[in-house]
Order: sequence, then C-alpha cells, then structure tokens
Amino acid sequence: MSASALKARGRAGASLRLGFALVALLIGAAALSLVWTPYPPDAIDVPHKLLQPSFAHWLGTDGLGRDVASQILAGARVSILVGLIAVGIGLAFGVALGLLAAAAKGVVEDAIMKLCDLTFAFPALLSAIMLTATYGPGVVNAIVAIGVYNVPIFAKLTRATANGVLAREFTLAARAAGRGPLAIAFDHVLPNVAPALIVQATIQFAVAILAEAALSYLGLGAQPPQASWGRMLSDAQSWMYVAPRLAVFPGLAVALSVFGLNLLGDGLRDALDPRLRARG
Amino acid sequence: MLLEISDLAIDLPSPAGARRVVHDVSFSLGAGESLGVVGESGSGKTMTALALMALLPDGACVSGAIRFEGRNIAGLGEAEMQKLRGDRLAMIFQEPMSALNPLHRIGAQVAEPLVLHRGMTKAAAWAEAVRLLDRVRLRDPERIARAYPFALSGGERQRAMIAMALSCAPDLIIADEPTTALDVTVQAKILDLLASLGEQSNMAMLLVSHDLAVIARHCRRVLVMYGGTIMESGPVDAVLRRARHPYTRALLEARPRPGAPRGERLRAIAGVAPPSASAPSGCPFAGRCPLTIDVCRTAPLPTVEFEAGHRVRCQRVDASGRLT
Repeated sequence: MSASALKARGRAGASLRLGFALVALLIGAAALSLVWTPYPPDAIDVPHKLLQPSFAHWLGTDGLGRDVASQILAGARVSILVGLIAVGIGLAFGVALGLLAAAAKGVVEDAIMKLCDLTFAFPALLSAIMLTATYGPGVVNAIVAIGVYNVPIFAKLTRATANGVLAREFTLAARAAGRGPLAIAFDHVLPNVAPALIVQATIQFAVAILAEAALSYLGLGAQPPQASWGRMLSDAQSWMYVAPRLAVFPGLAVALSVFGLNLLGDGLRDALDPRLRARG
Repeated sequence: MLLEISDLAIDLPSPAGARRVVHDVSFSLGAGESLGVVGESGSGKTMTALALMALLPDGACVSGAIRFEGRNIAGLGEAEMQKLRGDRLAMIFQEPMSALNPLHRIGAQVAEPLVLHRGMTKAAAWAEAVRLLDRVRLRDPERIARAYPFALSGGERQRAMIAMALSCAPDLIIADEPTTALDVTVQAKILDLLASLGEQSNMAMLLVSHDLAVIARHCRRVLVMYGGTIMESGPVDAVLRRARHPYTRALLEARPRPGAPRGERLRAIAGVAPPSASAPSGCPFAGRCPLTIDVCRTAPLPTVEFEAGHRVRCQRVDASGRLT
C-alpha cells in the first residue's frame, strides 16, 4: 500500500470515528429522552420564560418557559424516526425497483428509470410541501413525503451498481450453475451492491433530518406541542432579537447530526472502497 | 451421441442490425469424449460454447439444432434450461478471479448446484463441497471451503471452479479457455486434473482454447474455427499432423516450436481476422489465404471428407488431400 493510500486510510478512519461518535450522541440523546428529560419537554411555565442557561435549565427556556435542553433531547427522537422511516421507505422500494430494472432490462428498465427522472424533476421540498398541503401537516406525512423522494435516489443507485455487478463473470457462472435471475439478484447482486447502499443511506438520513427540520420550520411537519428541532427554530424566529440562543441550540443540534452522518457516510465509503481496503 | 449440433447459427444484435457471428456449425460429441475447439479471438468459439448453455447475451438469436441426448435444447424455455445447467451441463470460465463471487465463501459456491439440483440441505452440501475440493486436489479442503475467493491463488480458484462444475457429475463440461489466465506450470496441472476427472466419471468435455498445444495434449478430436465457422475438424493427430486446410496450416506455422533454428521468425498470418459479419458468402479466410481464387469469395464452402472423420472445408482441397 502506498504512503498516500495509508494517509487516506488514516483520514478515513478519523472521519469514520468522529462521524460515528456524533451519530452515537444523536441516538443516545433520543434514547435518553425516552426515559428521562430534565423537564417534560412540552411543560409550559410562562413565569420562567426566556431564562438564560443555568444549572436549573442547562440551555435556558424558550418564550413559553419550556426547557430547551428537554426539547432538544425529545427532538432527536423525531429526527431519528423521520430519518429511519424515510430511508427505510427509500431502501425498500428503491432497491426493489432498481434490482428489477437491472435484472429485467429493456422496456421495464426504461420505464422505471423514466419514472425516476420524472420524480427528480420536482424539487424534493416542493413535492413534500405539495403532499403535506394535500394531506395535512404532521410528522407522518412529512416522513412519507421525504421517503417518496428517497425512492428514485436508491432505485437509480441500485440499478447502476447492479448493472456493474451483473456484467461481472460470476453472475454468468451462477447462471451456468442453474440459478434463476431472481435468486441471482438476491444472492449475488444485492450483497455486492450493499456497500454503496449503506453509504447512500447515511447521507439520505442526514438529508431527511434536514428536510424534516425545513418542513417543521414551515409549519408542515411536527405540530405543537410535539418537540422537533425544526419547530423550535420556527418558534425561535419571534424571539430572534431578544434571545438569539433559542435558534442557536436547535440549529447546532441539526448541524452536528447532519455533519456526523455525512462524516460517517464518507468514512464508510472509504472503508468499503476496495481500492483503499488492505488486501489479504 | 450425447451432443449433436447441426447447422448452428448465431446472430447477435448490433447497432447496424443483426450480426451473424457463428454459421454452418455442425459437430457431435459422444459420452466421455473430449473435443477441442481452437480459433483466434472472434472466431465464434466462445459464442458456440455459450449457445450450448443458452447463456448468450440478451437479444442473441440461435438457429439450427442442439440435440442433447436426442432432445433439441435450442429454444428450450429458461426454466427447463435452468434444470440442465449445473446439473447435466456445466461450464468452467476463463477468469477464476471474476467467476467466483467475492462475497461468498468457496464452500458455499461449490455447494450451490448441489442445493439447487440435488435438493441437499446446506450442511450436507457443504460436506460434499469439502469432499469435492479434496477431489480437485486442493490441500486442506476444510480451510479452502471456509475461505473467500481473494484468499486463494489463481490455480486454487480455478480448481474450486472445477469442483463447482463437477459437483453434480455433469454429462458434459464446457471449459472456455480454462487456463488462459494461469501460469504455464499451473495450466498443465489443471488440464491434467480435468482430463483425469473426466475419464473417471465418463464425462464429455468441450475444451475451448486458442492454444493448439493444450488441445493436442488433452483432446481426442478438434474443431478449427475461423470467422464463425468450422474450417477443419477430425482426430487431433490427423488435423495437427496432416493439416489440409490452408488456415490450419498457417495457424500451425505461426506457433513457436522448440528446436527451431535461432533467429527464425514466426510466420504470422497476413492481414487481420475479418469482423465476423463481413463474410456473407464464400470462405471467411478468403483474402488472407495465399491460395485465394475468385470462387473462394463467392461459392459456399464445400466439405471434403478424409479418413476417420477428418473433414476440411476448402475450395482448394480435393478428395485426395492435394491442393487443386
């Protein structure tokens, strides 16, 4: 292995570790909020509104006297839920469509890919706004909207990678051994496509968190009193000149989560890249 | 006869319409017999091999008959072919690195046809796979079975491929350049192994190669292909020692020989192999052949028969084997 490859490997390791730590923090916060938050996140306490951070309220209180730290912890839950389900929808439908396109070829492949292009033609946020405008605002609709946007991304990636795998001789060898196309798609193609999908999934997870924050900020995602980082940002807007920290903390939470997921994705990409992986 | 091919023709789709890559190919193969197919790149030998397995690229069109144990399997449905592949017909590929899935253990890949065709449980098939790996003379078959392809050398991988192809004791094994990617010393061992395993289980072998020495050593009969069709065929001895066809002769002369005088240059065949579509009629070798006459370019190839099934397809060769 050359010196530059070793260096790249070291870098990949560092970003992988930092990304992993940040994502662990996000998951830890969400898990913690299930059993404990300093205050109930939706408890309104108007006499103690807009308090500075202190020992009683680590990150202060918002315009209605709700504890910011508790809301951030509870908001992590929404972010993770949105990320998991949106990516899950994207993976489930996208991988199936992508594999089908690669295995069937011809008209079926063209039709699936054209459908994906059509979905791409609409900006993701715009489609999400359209969906939530039609079916009403709320976390569930936001999740579905973001998930639908993920389907063509995973479908395109799966098809492109699967076509590369299908061109390799071992799929022909599997056919020569008497396997059918469906079995080959699952047993031989899917495991070889998985690394690319894992990397893309972490990145789409981050995109989903951002999209949920944006939708909630616009009032189309999480509804009060449900805690959500995007909704907190939206609330903070009215207090921007009085207490700018109200926007800083949820903003920081979103930024760190997205940063962590992107680092994790980059780190995984390098770790799974056969050119950087040590042989033997 | 185990396998009888008559008037096989293969058309592949191309931007300029269907392109005929194989035509007028007829031959047969008895049980336990070994047949070599030689030819340069683009001569149609790999396409002929893939046609037997019905593994041609999408859109390929096959005409003619491929009779396997009397049944025409050309145009057989995919489901029926899947039952034959890996069970009665098996194939060994050229690149042992790319022909094994890098993410599956060797044992699982060797066991795959057994689970598929013999309905064995995973555990039973694994045990059988270890036995097969031992049979292809891999040392420490238990360890090899648990290994992933990257941990094996080229020769070991090709032995594993052979074990996989042999797993269901096929009647016919098609080996497409099985040793081209290997070192010369390993080549001979692999082919000897294949030949001896073939003899033990009365398995017929179709060995595709561009290497005349490999064919001479391991096959009883040989087909010489050029431009998508058979130029000369017959027992290896007759074809290689008493080559009648100008192409076979040119091929033999283009080969380095031990004991040739120092400084002697190899005699290359003039010109380049034609793109296989460019010979709509006449002999595909016309033009490169020093004996080309007008009739070579236009008339369909005649077949001249000699003793012991030695057949030559050339306008210039007469029944006594002399050039006209």
